[in-house]
Amino acid sequence: MKVFVSVDAVARALGAEELAWALIREAEARGLPLDITTVGSRGMTWLEPLVEIEEDGVRHAYGPVTAEDVPALLDGSFPGHGPTEEIPFFARQTRLTFARCGVIDPLSLDAFEAHGGLAGLNAALADPASIVPAMIDSGLRGRGGAGFPTGIKWRTVAEAQAERKYIVCNADEGDSGTFADRMLIEGDPFSLIEGMAIAGIGVGATMGYVYLRSEYPDAIATMTRAVEIARAAGLLGDSVLGAGPAFDMEVRVGAGAYVCGEETSLLNSLEGKRGVVRAKPPLPALEGLFGKPTVVNNVISLATVPVIFERGAAFYASFGLGRSRGTIPLQIAGNVRFGGLFETAFGMPLGEIVTGIAGGTRSGRPVKAVQVGGPLGAYHPVADFDTPFGYEEFDGSGGLVGHAGLVVFDDTVDMAQQARFAFEFCALESCGKCTPCRVGSVRGVETIDRWIAGEDMRELVLDLCDTLKDGSLCALGGFTSYPVRSAVMFFPEDFEQDREVAQ
Amino acid sequence: MLDDVATETAIAAAIEAEVSREGPLLPILHRIQHLFGYVPEVALPMIAEALNIGRAEVHGAISFYPDFRTQPAKTPVVKICRAEACQAQGSAALAAAAETLSAQVTVEPVYCLGLCANGPAAMVGERPMAAATVEKLTEALAK
Repeated sequence: MKVFVSVDAVARALGAEELAWALIREAEARGLPLDITTVGSRGMTWLEPLVEIEEDGVRHAYGPVTAEDVPALLDGSFPGHGPTEEIPFFARQTRLTFARCGVIDPLSLDAFEAHGGLAGLNAALADPASIVPAMIDSGLRGRGGAGFPTGIKWRTVAEAQAERKYIVCNADEGDSGTFADRMLIEGDPFSLIEGMAIAGIGVGATMGYVYLRSEYPDAIATMTRAVEIARAAGLLGDSVLGAGPAFDMEVRVGAGAYVCGEETSLLNSLEGKRGVVRAKPPLPALEGLFGKPTVVNNVISLATVPVIFERGAAFYASFGLGRSRGTIPLQIAGNVRFGGLFETAFGMPLGEIVTGIAGGTRSGRPVKAVQVGGPLGAYHPVADFDTPFGYEEFDGSGGLVGHAGLVVFDDTVDMAQQARFAFEFCALESCGKCTPCRVGSVRGVETIDRWIAGEDMRELVLDLCDTLKDGSLCALGGFTSYPVRSAVMFFPEDFEQDREVAQ
Repeated sequence: MLDDVATETAIAAAIEAEVSREGPLLPILHRIQHLFGYVPEVALPMIAEALNIGRAEVHGAISFYPDFRTQPAKTPVVKICRAEACQAQGSAALAAAAETLSAQVTVEPVYCLGLCANGPAAMVGERPMAAATVEKLTEALAK
């Protein structure tokens, strides 16, 4: 019997380990030969822990499965969901970056290669001069949130003259409602290694760092092991795959500071300093880690590189909408029936994602707000549901795509409290370098408290939002205005209601 | 509890193990905290000396990052996510209820464990917990 068990952190957090042991014990007791493969997540987290049983070469999904369900599962009496890839949530996706995630053993380099791994790296090695132009042609934009064209960034680093350059992978995925980086690293870490190696060859960098947040112990363990395996196999080291230049990499663990997801703060942290933001310019592409030219890219950006070289820049660019090319792994979270990771071409309207894909709220109550892009993203009302998912489209609706996390709230949410939380979070996580962020966030909490207590503070709050947006050095202070302003503009009744209650 | 000499020997070994990396301060601090559960005061001058930086810089880094402790914590540490996705799933109520957990544990907020579609999320020691309840936390602590 061929069985696949998800051991992604979300599956483990719901008892996947106990389940796997129960499967092994029960199969042994029955004398049933069992071939278990541990895999990452398929992304359908409401089915976790997910068990897949191969029947006639097709994987069938069962989940959530607990250790107590194992006898029924082996009897064949446990209800399943049919072929995994025919489940609507899965069938409707376009999986390019996450093609292998949940399919293969994350730490099997053989399985990785058998499923298309290293094809992109080999293609890139055959024509290194084409790497940067191909990245530009692919239209890939930074998936960490800024949306800057990845190929342009690489070109700047490639053209910089220096004896040492770096590739830094930003895996400090601190935004609430986002987990694509974690899932990719736990489910297909070699694709990130492959992407970083291609980046290194393309720009002339010989060393890479993955800056991974300490809140992800499972991802740290998987990534560290994957780097060791890749090095032992010659994928990393003095000559990439024995055919290319030198490229090696190392995993570095963050220390709980949200602001280190900002690229210059991350670089300071990697250097062993306080994670304080640096003023730009100089751009990290020219003076980055230890003052050397550095590519700083998000996990998803780098893990998407291999498929661009495996299938061609034009293929990747053929997906998407407007200037948002390719696919985006949406992370659907919060109060939803069907949450998880949904990779699709840009362009799907927000309402289709929330209602059609996620099935509305888990509580069954009406959706009131959807925060898109993490704690620094806007709260969108249902009136925004026709906005297509794309960088410019969300910018036009007063929000941002960010790291493509969506957090759904039902009608019990108090938006005045959410606005207060945005300021509170900014105050808590501010690195302290610039005054609007450090002081403005604290004044923001106080001002909203006075508003809730009965005074009309609307103008002052909006003015403070402008100060933060225009005067902060980085996105933490600057974008805190998004959740606050959107809450004030789209949900004014929550602020007035609190005020009336107070009076 | 280690005596002073053993403590210093262990710290020296931790520094030695990481010092050849580029930008070794965070790896050193993580290693020391992993050994002791916190970063003992005595480590500061030793690290400063090894990296040729000021004690103030070492102190500055330790105090900047929420992960690093200067005093031992009551273990295990239970972290409950307080960020938006878990707020949407009732994390505030869970955090309030978790105050009734054993006085022998440290309960702390954390901002996102990446289990956002299955909230509220928590971490008991290094074990992640999704769809967390006080009952599940109590059970995990009993193990």
